[in-house]
Amino acid sequence: MSQAHLLDAISRLMPHLMLAPIVLPLLTAALMLLVREERQRLKLALNLLSTLLGLAIAVALLCWSARAGSTATLAVYLPGNWPAPFGIVLALDRLSALMLVLASGVALASIVFAASRWHRAGVHYHPLFQFQLMGLAGAFLTADLFNLFVFFEIMLAASYGLLLHGSGRARVQAGLHYIAINLAASSLFLIGVSMLYGITGTLNMADLARAIPQAAAGDRGLLHAAAGILATAFLIKAAVWPLNFWLVPAYSAATAPVGALFALMTKVGVYTLLRLWTLLFGAEAGASALFGGPWLVGGGMLTMAFGAIGMLGSQRTTHLAGFAAVLSSGTLLAAMGFGQTELTAALLYYLPSSTLAVSALFLLADLIERWRNDGTSTDPDDEDAPFLNPELLPTQGLNLDDEEEVLIGRVIPAAAAFLGLAFMACTLVIAGLPPLSGFVGKFAMLTALLNPLGLGASAGLRPGPAGWALLALMIITGLLALIALTRAGMRHFWAAHGRAAPRLRVLEGLPIAALLAACVVLTVQAGPVMAFTQATANALHAPGTYVRAVMSATPRPSPPKEEAPAL
Amino acid sequence: METVLAIAIGVLTGSGVWLLLRPRTFQVIMGLSLLSYAVNLFIFSMGRLGLAVGKAPVLAGGVPQDLQHYADPMPQALVLTAIVIGFAMTALFLVVLLASRGMSGTDHVDGSHSRDKQEMP
Repeated sequence: MSQAHLLDAISRLMPHLMLAPIVLPLLTAALMLLVREERQRLKLALNLLSTLLGLAIAVALLCWSARAGSTATLAVYLPGNWPAPFGIVLALDRLSALMLVLASGVALASIVFAASRWHRAGVHYHPLFQFQLMGLAGAFLTADLFNLFVFFEIMLAASYGLLLHGSGRARVQAGLHYIAINLAASSLFLIGVSMLYGITGTLNMADLARAIPQAAAGDRGLLHAAAGILATAFLIKAAVWPLNFWLVPAYSAATAPVGALFALMTKVGVYTLLRLWTLLFGAEAGASALFGGPWLVGGGMLTMAFGAIGMLGSQRTTHLAGFAAVLSSGTLLAAMGFGQTELTAALLYYLPSSTLAVSALFLLADLIERWRNDGTSTDPDDEDAPFLNPELLPTQGLNLDDEEEVLIGRVIPAAAAFLGLAFMACTLVIAGLPPLSGFVGKFAMLTALLNPLGLGASAGLRPGPAGWALLALMIITGLLALIALTRAGMRHFWAAHGRAAPRLRVLEGLPIAALLAACVVLTVQAGPVMAFTQATANALHAPGTYVRAVMSATPRPSPPKEEAPAL
Repeated sequence: METVLAIAIGVLTGSGVWLLLRPRTFQVIMGLSLLSYAVNLFIFSMGRLGLAVGKAPVLAGGVPQDLQHYADPMPQALVLTAIVIGFAMTALFLVVLLASRGMSGTDHVDGSHSRDKQEMP
């Protein structure tokens, strides 16, 4: 009963509530700019409060879009009160709501982690963080290509600042490369967008979906070129091979909470590609149907291979986390490129679980490296970080079989046990082993690959060569990730001979535990979540509803003009 | 007019990409600037019905109000936004460039000069 009341209250606030994920961080950030830099505690409190509220709003929006027994699962907002193809449109559907919840959740974990120490490492951490959230939310909600560009730039501008947070030579160096490649990508974005406008005469995504099947045959090549250029800009964000060499240095140089947030940023590229590709080049796009699908599959598989090999070759835990982000991004891209509804549903389940695990790994990496360095963080200025050397030489404590001490019955400090268990959980999710959500996601994707039309309905259908290749690659990359992570775990936790027990603050353990608990919830609630992602995938692959809803949104009639008072 | 504009965009893009691939940070920022000029010109040329040569941008009385008689306002709006954002990003890049120069003591994009022979004094 109370649930129904709550949904009712949310419905009454719609569609205005969907503006909140953009406006709330904007106002919070603006407010924080007015507060003096010394008042870090106040800023932190504001940031925490706003992020928490943002998460609550995102969950409310998710509940609204997922509510059963309703046909209108799509909300459309006209910020300028102009009808659809002329004004900017914001649209909220299940996919946007899912991404909003994921973004707010990871952001909350990141800010709680930062609250223990990292937010003091430089100035303007909190406003930048909120601007980043605003850009993310805007990118998830907008239904207009140029508006998407603007939100992307807000997100990127904030991310430049966040990456440089804490300063130091390594960060500035990585930031230089990161900014350069993103500026080049923005140029590609603009070229693609303006070409699409030149050909179709619209920038509204829904209107574009209607215009593309009707494009003149002579313009088709140009249209595909425009879409390819635009997709390249997103693929750079999504870290596809060979456009991803910037990612690992940048993400591992960033401070840990920022790295955790950045793990989400690659998913923005994946989200945009999924949204635009299913909308513009879905099965209903006539001569352009499924344009670029093989490229996504091929690029995604190369990215997976690159990520897995990178993980094997990683010495630092942060590099390991960076390559895990690449691997997850590649898996999603390759699965997306098949354009099958079942597979899309499975990848939408895999997306949040892998993002949560990679974010947790970034946070965990910071704690582990600090533990190795006796309480101090790694010095980014030092190119040969001291902790790298003992690993390259065989240390005495490495071989546990030759250990003279009795291993059984030795007390493991609680903090070390926590770190070890959390690392193990991350390993299970990233490598896709049972019992956690990574396994469920990968298993669902493999099932969808083997049964393209769903279980039972696809008897006699066999996946093509690309399908078999992805199948094999998914299993092999899982194995490689497992080897890499296990090796790192053994080095950090089993060979931790003669080191002091790690000191763990509650504020730093809590977000990691929360992120992993979210993975556990995803596993336990796999049934309802899969039903939700299935509905999302169905809607994505039948974009007619989205197009109709956006195009039929009517502006509010303006209030009657009041007579000017007589003077 | 089309040919001149196309050549201009091509030359700007070509030089921009070449400079972008150079090892000095200053060359990279010049390359990015040239690239953004090229993109801005390109957006202008992407109006509906091609380049608006000799068409008024502002509505005037007695002229039918359609794109046959006026310049397309949409690319102008786009290019304005793109210029503002591009300018801000270039300024930010400049700051990072200076920070990198100050911290590493070299203007090489990798911040080290071990594998580079063209050493600046």
